[in-house]
Amino acid sequence: MSTQDSDAASTAESATRTATGSDADTPTAEPVVDLSGVTFGYTSTPVVTDVSLAVDQGEYVAIVGPNGSGKSTLMQLMLGLLEPDAGTARLFDESAVRFDDGERIGYVAQHASAAKEMPITVREVVKMGRFAHLTLDGVGDLNRDTIGALREAPLETVRAGLGTVPAIVNAIFGRLSRSDLAIVDEALETVGMSAFADRRITQLSGGQRQRAFIARALASEADLLVLDEPTVGVDAESVDAFYDLLGALNDEGITVVLIEHDLGAVVDHADRVVCLNREVYFDGPTEAFVESDALARAFGTEARVLTEVDG
Amino acid sequence: MSGAVAGAVLAGWPVVADPSMVLPLQVGVDAVGEFVFGLFLWVLEQWHWALEWAYHFTGIEMLNPDYRYMHRAILVGLCIGVMAPLIGTFLVHRQLALIGDALAHTAFAGVAVGLFLNAVIDLGVSPYLTAVVVAMIAALLIELISEVTDAYNDVSMAIVLSTGFALGTTLISLNAGGLAVGVNQYLFGNLATVSPTSAAILLVLFVVIVGTVTLTRNQLLYVTFDETAAAVSGIPVNWYNRITVMLTAMVVVGAMQIMGVILVAAMLVVPVAGATQVSRSFSESLVVSVVLAELAVLLGIAVSFYAGVTAGGIIVLVAVGIYVCAVALGKVQSARGEQATPHMGSIEADSVDVSAGNGDD
Repeated sequence: MSTQDSDAASTAESATRTATGSDADTPTAEPVVDLSGVTFGYTSTPVVTDVSLAVDQGEYVAIVGPNGSGKSTLMQLMLGLLEPDAGTARLFDESAVRFDDGERIGYVAQHASAAKEMPITVREVVKMGRFAHLTLDGVGDLNRDTIGALREAPLETVRAGLGTVPAIVNAIFGRLSRSDLAIVDEALETVGMSAFADRRITQLSGGQRQRAFIARALASEADLLVLDEPTVGVDAESVDAFYDLLGALNDEGITVVLIEHDLGAVVDHADRVVCLNREVYFDGPTEAFVESDALARAFGTEARVLTEVDG
Repeated sequence: MSGAVAGAVLAGWPVVADPSMVLPLQVGVDAVGEFVFGLFLWVLEQWHWALEWAYHFTGIEMLNPDYRYMHRAILVGLCIGVMAPLIGTFLVHRQLALIGDALAHTAFAGVAVGLFLNAVIDLGVSPYLTAVVVAMIAALLIELISEVTDAYNDVSMAIVLSTGFALGTTLISLNAGGLAVGVNQYLFGNLATVSPTSAAILLVLFVVIVGTVTLTRNQLLYVTFDETAAAVSGIPVNWYNRITVMLTAMVVVGAMQIMGVILVAAMLVVPVAGATQVSRSFSESLVVSVVLAELAVLLGIAVSFYAGVTAGGIIVLVAVGIYVCAVALGKVQSARGEQATPHMGSIEADSVDVSAGNGDD
């Protein structure tokens, strides 16, 4: 029994990954993102009003809306970067603001926020995706099981304990292990940036830089990928490849929440669309969204132009 | 200026003037503080011994055992050359280059507080210790203001800077007489006044700063580069910002001894700016900035010794000279580097199953 428990603890991470890998409607699945009645405003005027939204494991959700509709704010509320004025925001069944299990979330932003003039290589950026994995969680918790195991099989337990020493040392000194570095290289390979790994990020074009940030999110091996207009500044050819990549990741069971201005991309790729303009105008499958008038209502006149262009 | 008092302050205990108020626990803390302090004084002795040996071997006049203060000044300089650019790198890339200046001026207020207390109630504590305390409080204040107002703002920084300096000058003028004599040393720095106590304080600061940065460099890098993504990945961003500014306060006070209040910020910024020009990666820029800073410090101290000029000024001039060279080198580098453009691969949707498949076994 004791071995069973410790097994369960040590493989907790991989267990969640397999769970997400299977169908979205697994019985134990709690919603990944759960907003209920969320209202938030930077000033007294609310930016989002009474938004309720649940995203289940394995979903591919796109959030669309006109400029200034509160998409990015909603994303920050989801991620716990902002605290709602009213309502609750939960992430992996924990309060979003207090959530600190950062390795479960991969994040790609419109990259205004990063210090781009800093001397830093593409590989160093992607490595950041592994930092959240350098924790002491699950390493060497000394509990009754360990003591029991010590009594039964002292040598093996001590050997197993010594086996975790490098992991502990790495966690304390913040050193990435060889397997971490392999994951970094793999992520660079996936986004086609291997040749640029040692380039300084300032020397890259906007699209190349964005690929590096996507690689960072990949390297974090997250259960939930949150992307805020990730393809801004990326060349058209790469955009298609990028959405294929997102689709493939989603097929692997990773939940994708995509905030997007490009309606064409959303209609082509997402399974579910949330149309937002301060409040939720539409929430449902993509096919239903295309047929509904939510777009026109949320976007007002701007959308008519867009839909005409789209044909 | 006993080690015990210094130790007590370092251990975070208020210095109690009246011995009857000393608690048993505090005696223990005192003992630990004294031990640590003694340890660093011992290290200092070994350093003297090593440099004396180096003098007999090389005959460099600067290392002459008759000038023991120069030994200490070199040690302090070497430490500054490591810790200033180390912290400065994280500051410069967050557009916080001026925070060093603001903290230096509040540290001056701390020095004045120390001198004032020594004169009035005969506290007998090194002004550098009060400077550390006051500068760290100011650092936290700046950080908290920025957290509340959501931005580091020039105005609040300027207010803190001038408040610090105003407080310092006021306190000093309050008991003019004997005090004005010692002020120059803090304003402009002085090689000759690096006492064993202040050198030991610097060694303590050095160990704290280098140790903290070693353990938290990943988080500091992430927060510096991309604050939002760092917050998403579970890093308590505000705490790391507070740590950064507190470490900055320590560096500033440590470097003040030979750089002086007015020039100390240069050591945080100039070598880092130079390193940014010539390095590609972040780790490279850290190493290069330390090398450039050491170069500036050692050359500056040597020039100061032989030419008889103020060390702080000449160190900054040398650092700026090195910076100009680095800019030129950087231009040459980028002109030559632009010729080769590697081939950009395509995004491969198929290869993701490799990375996501590790949960299967």
